[in-house]
Amino acid sequence: MTVDAPSLAPGAARRRRARSSGGTSLTRSSGLGLGVALTWFSLLVLIPLSLVVIQSIDGGWETFRQTLTNPQTAAALRLTVTQALIVTAINVVMGTLIAWVLVRDDFPGKRVLEVVIDIPFALPTIVAGLVLLSLYGPDSPLGVNVANTERSVFLALLFVTLPFVVRTVQPVLMELDRDVEEAAASLGAGRFTTLRRIILPSLAPAITAGAALSFARGISEYGSLVLLSGNLPLKTEVASVRILTYIENGNDAAAASVATILLLVALAAIVLLQVISSWVARRG
Amino acid sequence: MGIEIRGVNKNFGDFVALQDIDLSIPSGQLTALLGPSGGGKSTLLRIIAGLESADSGTIEIEGLDATGLPAQKRNVGFVFQHYAAFKHMTVEKNVAFGLEIRKKPKDEVKRRVAELLRLVHLEQFSHRLPAQLSGGQRQRMALARALAIEPSVLLLDEPFGALDAKVRKELREWLRRLHDEVHVTTVFVTHDQEEALEVADSLVVINEGRIEQIGTPDDLYDRPASEFVLSFLGPVTRLGDSLIRPHDIDFTRYEHAATTSGRITRWTRVGFEIRLEVTPDDTLHPDPVQVIVTRTEATALQLHEGAQVWLRPRAGAEAVVS
Repeated sequence: MTVDAPSLAPGAARRRRARSSGGTSLTRSSGLGLGVALTWFSLLVLIPLSLVVIQSIDGGWETFRQTLTNPQTAAALRLTVTQALIVTAINVVMGTLIAWVLVRDDFPGKRVLEVVIDIPFALPTIVAGLVLLSLYGPDSPLGVNVANTERSVFLALLFVTLPFVVRTVQPVLMELDRDVEEAAASLGAGRFTTLRRIILPSLAPAITAGAALSFARGISEYGSLVLLSGNLPLKTEVASVRILTYIENGNDAAAASVATILLLVALAAIVLLQVISSWVARRG
Repeated sequence: MGIEIRGVNKNFGDFVALQDIDLSIPSGQLTALLGPSGGGKSTLLRIIAGLESADSGTIEIEGLDATGLPAQKRNVGFVFQHYAAFKHMTVEKNVAFGLEIRKKPKDEVKRRVAELLRLVHLEQFSHRLPAQLSGGQRQRMALARALAIEPSVLLLDEPFGALDAKVRKELREWLRRLHDEVHVTTVFVTHDQEEALEVADSLVVINEGRIEQIGTPDDLYDRPASEFVLSFLGPVTRLGDSLIRPHDIDFTRYEHAATTSGRITRWTRVGFEIRLEVTPDDTLHPDPVQVIVTRTEATALQLHEGAQVWLRPRAGAEAVVS
């Protein structure tokens, strides 16, 4: 029945309790599955992440504090987080809108657009950087030069995170029953009320997932923005560039400190988004 | 009063969904739109609700011209085949939705919702989510939600179509009783003739975008206006020159003045009834005749496969000669 795990002997009581309260007990195959999944997850995610955290506090809290109070690092972190936040907010709106258009409307060139949406996914980030540099750099054919400004970071992030919300919302929107909207209409709800009380609550989990992905990608982006932003300290340098600099200078503990901060910010964002999502879903 | 439909036409591209529909649905009655799938009955219901717009023609609901009104303003309760439940809201919230839209005071909403949940026997489920209800319960919730706004008409689109046979039977009896209590003008769409005959005060048979016949269940069953209505309302078979219901055929084991004689070539027992196929000896009408007898009749006549029988219409049987 349950997995043979002698080391879990104290857990036996807990297992029994779980069973008596209607909880599930593991069969041999599901136990094996859980074991493999956990091992895999530990090797790839848990162990490396813990190592980073350990490394960051290894040098004592002093290194940690010093790294964070370093004006250049603080500026880089601030820039990264604000730009990622703004970009995510825009993606939430635009991504949902694009998904809506792709699912609900029929227009010539729809299939092409479907493919184009994925290009930021498919493109190696450094290639994206090159594209952006040639489009919005000093030799811009459009006459728009944002190189070496904060806006270059913003633009690069916007470019690479575009597909996330679109791709998470689209399938949910496709599954959404038209009946439900018609039911709301026949009960007297206008377009806006239906959107707010019926459609958005159903989409909230998908939007949240997309936003979380978009934000995570935003704070970790490197390849697409290094070329255009110029990595000017205190101005356009982002956290990932900062980490690289620390490592190049042999200051691994400082690099790990920045990484830990990014990790915490990402976690906080995911938790916050979850809370917002369940709030929207409940309020409907 | 009731619902007045005049000269309604609707095309989907090349497909003619409805053609010159004129129909008066009386107030306070339960009317069934009956017909085969794709015949246009659901389209007509959706046009009444304002979920679809007619290409031409007018709709009047309780004396009010509704032709140009959007669904939101028609004050129509609509129940969908697949429940259309608001999945993220509790049963209570679902039912309250229409009232909240109408900005009714909180305590009135609460009272009305409780009243309706009692009416549909869901009061103990008020805090559940639709996903935690069975199909029948979900449809009752949808009905309560539609009734909450005190609609001038209640429209049901194949309301029991997604339910299993037993629940379907229970629910239609329950709908009949509910209608006797609430008395709101009700139109429901079905392709199940048994459902329509059992529940409705009057039937409208629709086929290929046209109305075939309007009348009470008895009218339609006993005096069908066309071969289509006759065959749609129940099984029919051809006996000699006329169409007749298989259970309206009388037969004997001994030669007498009969319409047809032949041998029993098929024998299917379904519960209390036995479905027979008799292959006529008459070479002019070689198609087998379907006959339904009860088990008791079959035993009394000592019928068996291969037996020679003589068939004629029963006294009082209604038949359409074609």
